[in-house]
Amino acid sequence: MLDKFLWVGFPYTALTLAVVVSILRFVWKPFSYSSLSSQFLENKQLFWGSGLWHWGILWVLTGHIVAFLCPKQILAWNSAPFRLYLLETSGLIMALLALVGVVALMVRRGTSSRVKAVTTPMDWVLLALLLLQVTTGIDTALRYRWGSSWYASNAAPYLWSLLTLGPRPELIQPLPWLPKIHILSGFTLILLIPFTRLVHFLVVPIFYYWRKPQVVIWNRKGLR
Amino acid sequence: MDIRSQVAMVFHLDKCIGCHTCSIACKNVWTDRKGADYMWWNNVETKPGTGFPTKWEDQDEYKGGWIVRNGKLELRLTGKGKFLQKIFYQPDLPTMDEYYEPWTYRYEDLFTAPETDDQPTAIPVSKVTGEYIDIEAGPNWDDDLGGSALYARNDPNLEAMTDEQRLQLLSIETLVMFYLPRICNHCANPACVAACPSGAIYKRGEDGIVLINQKVCRGWRYCVSACPYKKVFYNWSTGKSEKCLLCYPRVETGQAPACFHSCVGRIRYMGVLLYDADKIQEAGVRPDEELVTAHREMLMDPFDPEVIAEAKKNGVTEQIIKAAQNSPVYKFVKDWGLALAPHPEFRTFPSLFYVPALGPVTYSVENGVALNPTSADEIFAPLDQARLPMSYLASLFGAGQEAPVRYAMKKMMAIRTWKRAVTVGDVDMQVALDGLRESDCTPEQAEAIYRLTSLCNYEDRFVIPPSHREQAVEVLTNPLEKKGAAGFGFREQPVRGA
Ligand code: HEM
Ligand code: SF4
Ligand code: SF4
Repeated sequence: MLDKFLWVGFPYTALTLAVVVSILRFVWKPFSYSSLSSQFLENKQLFWGSGLWHWGILWVLTGHIVAFLCPKQILAWNSAPFRLYLLETSGLIMALLALVGVVALMVRRGTSSRVKAVTTPMDWVLLALLLLQVTTGIDTALRYRWGSSWYASNAAPYLWSLLTLGPRPELIQPLPWLPKIHILSGFTLILLIPFTRLVHFLVVPIFYYWRKPQVVIWNRKGLR
Repeated sequence: MDIRSQVAMVFHLDKCIGCHTCSIACKNVWTDRKGADYMWWNNVETKPGTGFPTKWEDQDEYKGGWIVRNGKLELRLTGKGKFLQKIFYQPDLPTMDEYYEPWTYRYEDLFTAPETDDQPTAIPVSKVTGEYIDIEAGPNWDDDLGGSALYARNDPNLEAMTDEQRLQLLSIETLVMFYLPRICNHCANPACVAACPSGAIYKRGEDGIVLINQKVCRGWRYCVSACPYKKVFYNWSTGKSEKCLLCYPRVETGQAPACFHSCVGRIRYMGVLLYDADKIQEAGVRPDEELVTAHREMLMDPFDPEVIAEAKKNGVTEQIIKAAQNSPVYKFVKDWGLALAPHPEFRTFPSLFYVPALGPVTYSVENGVALNPTSADEIFAPLDQARLPMSYLASLFGAGQEAPVRYAMKKMMAIRTWKRAVTVGDVDMQVALDGLRESDCTPEQAEAIYRLTSLCNYEDRFVIPPSHREQAVEVLTNPLEKKGAAGFGFREQPVRGA
């Protein structure tokens, strides 16, 4: 029963809420969509915190997504030890960057009085959860070799089973508790997207590359 | 031709008394809010000085405005693929320390302090943190401090000057300063718009006012860095950027913006300019020495039938064209060549122009008695000996070119001399008339300039056609919705998101 909830009920709830509430928030409270940058208030520590965190986490996330989309290719790549080590080390380095980054962000929020002035409880919940996510990820990678392979062989099929509406929790059940926590806190983060500043990465401004430099808006119809 | 209308502005610096009434009018209407407390959409700085935020003119530091690369206009901030690499952390962003940390005083301490031998004091506390603050800077901290080691000496425009000129500018016997009131220039080629990753900033087609859609802004802050005039401000509380909106609810109904209306020195003029938007790109890549001319060539003659026809195609109404023909701004900028845009080399083509300030009137003294002057050169110091070196003004208003500044200064000096000959009579009329001719001015023009400068009433200074936007908007959309999307007036509380 608990397993059903943890590996089927909860993920579905998290994913559904993430999609639905993010859209609702975008439509009804567009003003609240912002990166909520605090660089204006504190600049030096943010350079390390935000820089390391984002570059690290985005590569790690990209790794997760690529292995999710083409698990077979990852397994094939990992079949040669050298390539396996390469993937694992670069993944680990990126994760460590993210770890240093998120710790720096937490130190910053805790020490800069100006940043404290714009810190909400949710900011702390989020940072703590991200720290948990990154540490359990790194710990898993160090303890249970080789993460990239069994992510491709176990986790990816499980995620696909969720996405194709034929959940197979039995793929997760035999895993040790550490990766289980990693997966659970991952879904918690997904759940939190619409309720925290995480919405900022839903509105990453990629369209900038296509739009014309100047934006002119005419009030009257029929004019541009 | 793509003729658009633009509400444009002239600030006559010779008349500014540095009273800051404009700043206060703006502050009370728009920025007296948490997160906006440090903003001065309108500020008045003392020049020479570092300005607000500190050294905003130094684009090596802030990377604002446009540069020409391979014959093309590019944002200095994000050109050459530097866009994404700045998104997690903006290396060029000014922080609160470059402005100042807003504060208040703990007045309640005056009442609640326990009885002691000492007077209770109201200590300053930061409006950000609420903690005690050791105030290091505040609004107008540079006020009147021409010559100061902290401000005047660090003015970025000093770079354009020789050591000798710098010495002259800063020496105690001949200290000089003037006021530079600044608002957003509502540029024809705004760098803030072009830099906004979310496309939240836009220029209104009908009147050229530049606004930030608060619902689309995501707080990436590229606009703050890209605006070379540092007239976009980041609201640290809501996580959105804000800027001067030229009091558009007033402008739409034909009224002058709050800072214009309240201006004590009556230095501010507002009128319509018709400009050819097709010329922007081509004008933008001209070399520095041609920029003033290129900008003026963009501004079209509102009496030219071809221009009028093209304007009408863009929906510019008869009323607006009439206003353009009557525009005080067009006169100052094009007809008379007196008003100059600030730092044309930033290539945003501001819609705000400045008439430079003249030096002080001089007297020769003999035996303790002031002598009557006999020529223009005795009323004002000749330009080459002016306390404010021409190279300084050229750096501020001429993209380094002295010619347009000299032209304006000479003409104004000639007019003052001529008017003195007319009203006081202590200058020889022939000398005065020669002076006018030499500075490309006729007595008729001089009279017109004199009137618009000195005897200008509200209707002379502000020729603002009402846009009837309220009607136009109502047909198309819900006006409340429109307001929410246009920089002010929220249907949801403008509170920080989570
Ligand atoms: C391409 C995607 C992303 C972009 C462009 C982006 C951009 C930003 C920016 C501009 C900030 C504000 C930094 C400042 O204070 O100035 C920020 C903060 C933050 N971002 Fe991202 N981000 C992205 C992806 C992510 C992802 C995937 C996560 C987490 C999974 C994340 C987590 C955070 C957190 C926790 C903060 C707050 C940092 C703090 O001030 O404590 N971001 N991001
Ligand atoms: S002066 Fe105003 S319109 Fe021009 S770039 Fe700056 S904010 Fe934009
Ligand atoms: S109100 Fe007018 S005179 Fe006073 S400082 Fe502002 S611009 Fe100058």
